[in-house]
Amino acid sequence: MDRHTNDDTLKRLLGPAEPEVLCDECFERLDEYVELELRGEPADKRIPGLRAHLEGCPACHEDYESLRALVENS
Amino acid sequence: MLSPPVVSLVPAMSSRLPLSAAESEHGDALADSTAWVDALRRPGAERDRAVARLHELLLRAARFEVSRRRAALSHVRGEELDDLALQAADDALVAVLGKLDDYRGASRFTTWAYKFALLEAGVRLRRRAWQEREVVLEPEVWPLMADAGQGPQGQAEANELMGAIKDSIDCCLTEHQREVLVALALNGVPLDVLSERLNTTRGALYKTLHDARRKLRAELATRGFALDSI
Repeated sequence: MDRHTNDDTLKRLLGPAEPEVLCDECFERLDEYVELELRGEPADKRIPGLRAHLEGCPACHEDYESLRALVENS
Repeated sequence: MLSPPVVSLVPAMSSRLPLSAAESEHGDALADSTAWVDALRRPGAERDRAVARLHELLLRAARFEVSRRRAALSHVRGEELDDLALQAADDALVAVLGKLDDYRGASRFTTWAYKFALLEAGVRLRRRAWQEREVVLEPEVWPLMADAGQGPQGQAEANELMGAIKDSIDCCLTEHQREVLVALALNGVPLDVLSERLNTTRGALYKTLHDARRKLRAELATRGFALDSI
């Protein structure tokens, strides 16, 4: 138990501070976001609110990690 | 054995290439995506071949997801996981074909299609992992803030914040918001598991969580807590 544990607990309870898209919009634009990231383009600027959602939604975050890993390994 | 497709239906861009090289292939990737969509829209044998290739692609993605989560599913037989991947690919195929008109070319077609298979597989795997577990909607244990080495005053402030969060949850959230927040944020129930138990969707459930979090933040701000860094 340490500061990270405290921060994780608070983040799970309070969610991201920034405005975020919700799950449906996240799914709609996740492929575009991943490819922007992999091309080194400013994904967060092009799709505002998606990164915040990934921080607040564990399910969408897992989908994001899997898609990124799959595309990287294709 | 499937016949090879008339058009090239393989992922065109390999991200193993240096980014500059990958960027230079972006045009090829877009052309390849157009070929996918054209083949899937054209009636006849060419479409059948494209659908078969698409299913292969989706099955590969679903199996990729299974392999990533296998450690958490060590108690599940391999045959069942194979079957689960196949079901995910089947449902993803239906979803991709049904939403083909929604594809706008913002990413390569293969990346767009992959996400449907990963979603279907991920949802199934999370639900399978929780199949025998009870979903608890009340706090099992209220977390105490850990000693993070910030000294007695810092520790007292951290515990004060957690106490205020608990009070705010009790006073300001609806019963449904309270149950959803506690289950997801404190008891670690996966979103897709809770949505199934409550007969709702991931999106609707997350909206409830989102609204509860907004209310909590607003209430804590009125109580004088600075939450900018959280």
